[in-house]
Amino acid sequence: MRLWFSSIILIIWIAMAVFGPLLPLMPDHIELSQILTPPSDAAWLGYDDLGRPLWDRVVIGARFSFFVALLVVSVSLLVGTFIGAMSAYIGGWFDHVIVRVIDVFLAFPGILLAIALAGLLGPGLSNVVIALSIVGWVGFARLTRAQVLALKGREHVQAAQALGAGRWRIILRHLLPLIAAPLIIESTFAVAGIVIAEAGLSFLGLGIQPPTPSWGSMIRDGTRYMLVSPHMVLVPGMALIFVVLSVNMLGDRLRDWLDVRGRVTGKV
Amino acid sequence: MLHFIFSRLSSALIVIIGVSALVFLLIHIVPGDPVEVMLGETSQPADREALRHALGLDQPVMTQMLSYFNNLLHLDFGTSLHSKRPIIDVLLERIPATFELALAGLLVAIVIAFPLGMMAAVRKDSVWDGGAMAFSMLGVSIPNFWMGPILILVFSLWLGWLPVSGRDGFASLVLPALTLGTAMSAILSRMIRASLLEILGEDFIRTARAKGLSENIVIIRHGMRNALLPVITLLGLQLGTLLGGAVITEIVFSWPGVGQLTIDAINQRDYPVVQACILLISVAYVLINTLTDVVYAFLDPRIRLAEGQH
Repeated sequence: MRLWFSSIILIIWIAMAVFGPLLPLMPDHIELSQILTPPSDAAWLGYDDLGRPLWDRVVIGARFSFFVALLVVSVSLLVGTFIGAMSAYIGGWFDHVIVRVIDVFLAFPGILLAIALAGLLGPGLSNVVIALSIVGWVGFARLTRAQVLALKGREHVQAAQALGAGRWRIILRHLLPLIAAPLIIESTFAVAGIVIAEAGLSFLGLGIQPPTPSWGSMIRDGTRYMLVSPHMVLVPGMALIFVVLSVNMLGDRLRDWLDVRGRVTGKV
Repeated sequence: MLHFIFSRLSSALIVIIGVSALVFLLIHIVPGDPVEVMLGETSQPADREALRHALGLDQPVMTQMLSYFNNLLHLDFGTSLHSKRPIIDVLLERIPATFELALAGLLVAIVIAFPLGMMAAVRKDSVWDGGAMAFSMLGVSIPNFWMGPILILVFSLWLGWLPVSGRDGFASLVLPALTLGTAMSAILSRMIRASLLEILGEDFIRTARAKGLSENIVIIRHGMRNALLPVITLLGLQLGTLLGGAVITEIVFSWPGVGQLTIDAINQRDYPVVQACILLISVAYVLINTLTDVVYAFLDPRIRLAEGQH
């Protein structure tokens, strides 16, 4: 049941993101007579403080949450896995330095570093992606490093080394496939984290700039009209929570299925 | 034990130096000329040069960095561009509010998470367990910046029980603390459940039951006491999420703490203040974690005694 729920929500989310621009939506169209109209049969999800249709804005907002999450998780996964694998495989002083760098990045609590980076880089889509990626790679690097450390002494790796396989061949062909499962799970939870972080930055006014809709900035706009039109906070908030909840539930499921703890040991 | 404390403190020091260096570099990622961004495009060249000189940005980077670290050692964060006051004074004004909020949030998290996590573990796979874990899943999926406004809507605007925002007595603390605390309690209750479940499968629990102890004593005295140890470490780590979340919660409730100062400073392009705030929160987080590790080592005789033999 739960899997059905999360699959359906996620399919809708991705479909909105990919096909949203093809739909006849008018997220910036102002209908002065409809200002703050609550949801009804005629108004679907209602209208915001400027008379813009919330349904259109939620659909277009899905686009940014999805593509920011996709980009940030891809970049973080690639960079983090690369650095983590290199660090564990090469070892020595290189590993020592990388571990310190990871520790330093982890010392910034939550999305604080992303807030600072986005604030200083200035608003905009690419800066949001840069800020969140600079914060995001660390988790993947730490995970990959721990897993590679636990695996690099295995017999099949020694056999490959004895056969003269190069460093890259061993990392790519003999180590990474074994740690794919935990990386997939980490990526899933990272998507949920990034969706919230992107909305958080937009809520603070540091993300995608108006009039382009983002779920975070829609919630912020809504807080000003909460008493008269709570739907302005409820609608984008529910969209955000449904997506994050679905991704988290999917991650939980994947963790049970792939049973990571049973297969790979060696936590830091 | 001393050896352990020393090694933890020295690695904390290295991390703090690294964090400071990264915070120093922040001003150099501002696109274009940071002085022009801070003062605005219409500023006079003379003013720009004065600020550039005051911030040391006309010096070579290494010189800048050395004087930056030198100033940090003297707790000199510079002067706020906006209020023209020493940043350390501004920070000291704001710290109590953030400390109060974080502490209250932590308290809420503990009060919710312990009964919930323990109940879920003891009645594993029951309706209670399912309910507690559903709450936890929902809790990690609801962001502070939505939870806060909804609580304001219900308890301030509709029911009129609590103030909407600001920091004015206990009543104004309730909603921000609930916002911050419920998010953390969601994660914490999962940890408590997992930790207690692991302990309840141990042989000494079976022994305790076999010798006829009441279930309450088995769970609390034999189970929870042991399950608490890993939870303490995770609690320290989760304080990071709490501090990060405090920034957004402070914005939602206009809570006059360091988080609000950070965002105001970003909006006013008062970058020295931004740097000081980020540094302060991160260093506080590192110190809390180091303290947690030391407390953990002290509480766990396995670590305390093993280290003592060195």
